[in-house]
Amino acid sequence: MAGEILVIGGGISGLTAAIEAAETGYDVILVEKNPYLGGRVSQLNKYFPKLCPPFCGLEILFKRMKSTPKLKYFTNAEVQEISGEPGNFTVKVKIRPRYVNENCTACGACREVCPVDAPDDYNFGMKNKKAIDLPNIMAMPFQYYIDDGYCNKCGECVSACRYNAIDLNEKEKELTLNVSAIIVATGWKPYDATKLENLGYGKYRNVITNMQMERLASPNGPTGGIIKTMDGKPIETIAFVQCAGSRDENHLPYCSAICCLASLKQATYVREQYPDAKIYIFYIDIRAFGRYEDFFAKVKADEKIELIKGKVAKVEEVNGKLVVTAEDTLSGVKSKREVDMVVLATGMQPAIEPIPGIELDEYGFVKAKPGIIPAGVAAMPVEVASANESATAAALKAIQLARR
Amino acid sequence: MEKVGVYICTGCDIDRLDVERLKNVAKEEFGIEPKVHPHLCSQQGVEMLKKDASELDALVIAACSPRVKTALFTFDDKYVERANLREGVVWSHEIDEHAQELAEDYLRIAITKAQKAMKPEPYIQEISKDILVVGGGVTGLTAALEIASAGYKAYLVEKEAELGGWVAKYYKTLPIEPPYRRIEENPVFRLVEEVKANENIEIYTSAHIDSISGQPGMFDVVLDKDGEKIQFRVGGIVVATGWKPYDASALEELGYGKFADVVTNLEFEEMAKGGKIVRKSDGGKVENVVFIQCAGQRDLNHLPYCSSVCCLVSLKQAKYVREIGGNAFIIYKDMRTPGLWEDFYKEMQQDVGIYLTKGEIREIKEENGKLTVFVTNTLLGEDIEIKADLVVLATGMVSTLKGLYTVKEEFPDEKAVPYKHIAEPHPVKSEEDVEIIKRAGHILNLSYRQGPELPTLKYGFPDSNYICFPYESRRLGIYAAGAVRAPMEIASCIEDARGAALKAIQAVELVAEGKTTFPRTGDIDFPNFFLQRCTQCKRCTEECPFGALDEDERGTPMPNPLRCRRCGICFGACPERIISFKTYSIDQMASAIKSIHVPDPNWEEGAEEKFRFIVFACENDALPALDMAALNGKKWSPLARVIPVRCLGSVNTVFIADALSKGIDGILLIGCKYGEDYQCHFIRGSELANRRMENVGETLQRLMLEKERVQVVEVSINEWDKIPEIINSFVNQIMEIGANPYKGF
Repeated sequence: MAGEILVIGGGISGLTAAIEAAETGYDVILVEKNPYLGGRVSQLNKYFPKLCPPFCGLEILFKRMKSTPKLKYFTNAEVQEISGEPGNFTVKVKIRPRYVNENCTACGACREVCPVDAPDDYNFGMKNKKAIDLPNIMAMPFQYYIDDGYCNKCGECVSACRYNAIDLNEKEKELTLNVSAIIVATGWKPYDATKLENLGYGKYRNVITNMQMERLASPNGPTGGIIKTMDGKPIETIAFVQCAGSRDENHLPYCSAICCLASLKQATYVREQYPDAKIYIFYIDIRAFGRYEDFFAKVKADEKIELIKGKVAKVEEVNGKLVVTAEDTLSGVKSKREVDMVVLATGMQPAIEPIPGIELDEYGFVKAKPGIIPAGVAAMPVEVASANESATAAALKAIQLARR
Repeated sequence: MEKVGVYICTGCDIDRLDVERLKNVAKEEFGIEPKVHPHLCSQQGVEMLKKDASELDALVIAACSPRVKTALFTFDDKYVERANLREGVVWSHEIDEHAQELAEDYLRIAITKAQKAMKPEPYIQEISKDILVVGGGVTGLTAALEIASAGYKAYLVEKEAELGGWVAKYYKTLPIEPPYRRIEENPVFRLVEEVKANENIEIYTSAHIDSISGQPGMFDVVLDKDGEKIQFRVGGIVVATGWKPYDASALEELGYGKFADVVTNLEFEEMAKGGKIVRKSDGGKVENVVFIQCAGQRDLNHLPYCSSVCCLVSLKQAKYVREIGGNAFIIYKDMRTPGLWEDFYKEMQQDVGIYLTKGEIREIKEENGKLTVFVTNTLLGEDIEIKADLVVLATGMVSTLKGLYTVKEEFPDEKAVPYKHIAEPHPVKSEEDVEIIKRAGHILNLSYRQGPELPTLKYGFPDSNYICFPYESRRLGIYAAGAVRAPMEIASCIEDARGAALKAIQAVELVAEGKTTFPRTGDIDFPNFFLQRCTQCKRCTEECPFGALDEDERGTPMPNPLRCRRCGICFGACPERIISFKTYSIDQMASAIKSIHVPDPNWEEGAEEKFRFIVFACENDALPALDMAALNGKKWSPLARVIPVRCLGSVNTVFIADALSKGIDGILLIGCKYGEDYQCHFIRGSELANRRMENVGETLQRLMLEKERVQVVEVSINEWDKIPEIINSFVNQIMEIGANPYKGF
């Protein structure tokens, strides 16, 4: 009899690890803190370098999940504490109420009557949602949820629901699991751009982050996929600021590994909608490693994309336009460009909060130790392909312990 | 299936349809008394279904999309067919007579499919769960150890006399786990010892693979060890044959072969290991070493890609120079130390004897036996000259699959490359050349009809959906790991070895139960061939993306069910309609198409309601896109009947013929993007569908039908906002052309 495997995190790494282990024949429990699976990649418009939508791969993962009875998952769930040893861990999990149960058919009647508009974190506040809503259009589980922070418990949704799916009195639950191995795939969060004072985030509305750009370009995003300035104007000039926080001793000392390629990709989003827009990319090194070099070469061939080597020193607003000033630290050469919009290529920061039983390194990434197996960005900054490799490798280390 | 139950859910606004008429379809046309439930997915509804299921062979659930509540509506081994009345009808159409007819057709299609489905039996064989690891470098050693630690036996085959691969030639290495800061003692010798001591690993050195025949779970391997043949059977294979250095003799522009003191990074590594970092020309002391990055890489004339590791390797080797008291100069295009490797870069930057600059090499000159490197476009904006005792070229890594004859389609001797996504055909001119290449440097020597190796993409990297599913090669049970798959450093190789090992273990466990792997994991059904009627046209054997079919001398297919991914591309290819699954068959699909009610042909000129269209939609991308469109309140023509298919490649031209002869006015196929950046989960399905439909177009014109009546479009899953418009404009275009003249015949 094999022991169970716990996977913490239901983003691309956690899903891959959980599904690969379950399909190999092991019992797997996945816990995800959001009300939906899919994690960060579900917020992305496209992947580099193929420019294909993440939902395509997620759909396959979800489909595999549905046909794998060995895999069970909990959303709105967070691990509180881990004790024990490899082969025999005890894990306390807290499950926050969703207030909407499995009876939900996602018919949407509740949403129609909900009087509360709330900023949608999934869209970085650029779009409103209802206090009761679907997390996103491809949500897994395909089930509504109530956002505790905004719901006023008016009960309108309860009366509208024909399926007895809403319980406003649902209470928090606690679960104790006994597992053999733990895969930690807690992923990342965008580095807080307001800390980058010189770059004008939070001060100028047309300075946005790369994750906001993903939402702007997504068909299910705040603008239906149309990229515009925050004043609703078309883009004539745009600047991408690389290493916004990364490779910086005052912020994230490491390189986030994906931001160069993400900005190159986002340059193609802009180009697709604006054939004449001028695009500037300020960089230190363009890190398009391996086969991704092909993608870099393709983007670089665009004559209206200018790559400028230099670290951006400041972003200012002058006469309603944003001015980006970069300085090459060694040569001292200064470059200035006037643009409509600035996209900060903010880095990835480990999302995990301290959990007793999990050890973190100086940057907050999870340290590997027997039975505690980090996967994907919980371990180090990586792009999706590497995250999947890391997750599959983590599944192997887990089954070695789970096998009896 | 004989005993079919029909269940109609009236929740989620489905009751806005005329449910009595829906019931009558089941009752009067199929003789099945349906059950109606207001909330079929409720506990009570599911209880009812579960209870009934025990008495049934198949259940037709007329409710929401097959993508919703899927696990809930799964009943052990019962066949379930879903009629998509919610997303497919009430959410995406005005409720009127058209919508009603649409819903009735969906019910007819679903019941017909359930009746025509048959019970699948798994293909279960006596299999081996042992795993063959090819290549004894760091990746292969790790894979073998990890497989053994998971409780499986590994066979490790290495062509050289010693284990260890390239890394065994290294002096020191990059760290194999974080923190990535210091160079470390070479870990490979410890690995070799561990492998040698492991009872679950059988090692063959100085050996190569003569042949591998059979299928996952039953791969019969013949090794050649110094002329002696060794045979054994394995279930899965990990290919860890690594890399070969880019041929530096092509880099004469950088002085290689011209000046004795210009060496490759590999040669420099061997010098360091031998404890002799000296001028190669005269054995003199080394003070200044210049490292030239991207020596061949990122260059269309050499290796267009980046080798990922060379920046790190030069930083490491700069440290060797420091150990002997010299100075190192690294000239780079971009310093690529992604992620936590930035720590390593920073650490090296602290060293005052390591100089780093972006720059381009203008020239390398030799004067009085000493080299000078001229660098331009530096960070400082000025040109610099560096006197060097040694110049080290950071040459790149090439996959060992590069240049091999891997699959038949990569032979341009057959006029053209049939598949667009293979961008690099080998320049083979004659039959003799083909023979030479066929004999050269094989790795696996698979006895597969389509070719002896893992099919590759550009640059010799194994073909896969490499972002989402990096290990899923086009040969079930065979997984690549390490530098054969992409250039990578040791830490990544170790991780990659684990990933591929897991996939190999998973494959043997699944095939042991007669199940397939990704993406239809667990599917036990497999294609059956009615060979008496085979005309040996070879379409199925050529088109299978997974090489599942071999051929006898006459060209008759020889199926290997355990290699099969169940996409149905063979079944779509067969002009004789002799290939079918039990649960997905030609008869079933053709009958479903025929079950669509095409209105009486006594129609008035231009009367819209008489038109009927079929949309074959890929169930992985087009179908979810339609669901999302419906969720967002998008509407499309109620004259179109959407029939999901496993892959567009499984659409047989006979479906088109049947539909047209039945009076269907137009057929639209919606599938995934194809080409170099293909999104098809079965690699080629949508591309093949496109080619087949081009041929159908010609046939149509011979029948005096407009070729516009059959169209293929490529759509991504996130283009849900565009799909309704695609369907509508197709419908409008055909309505302008006019009704199908064969209607009513």
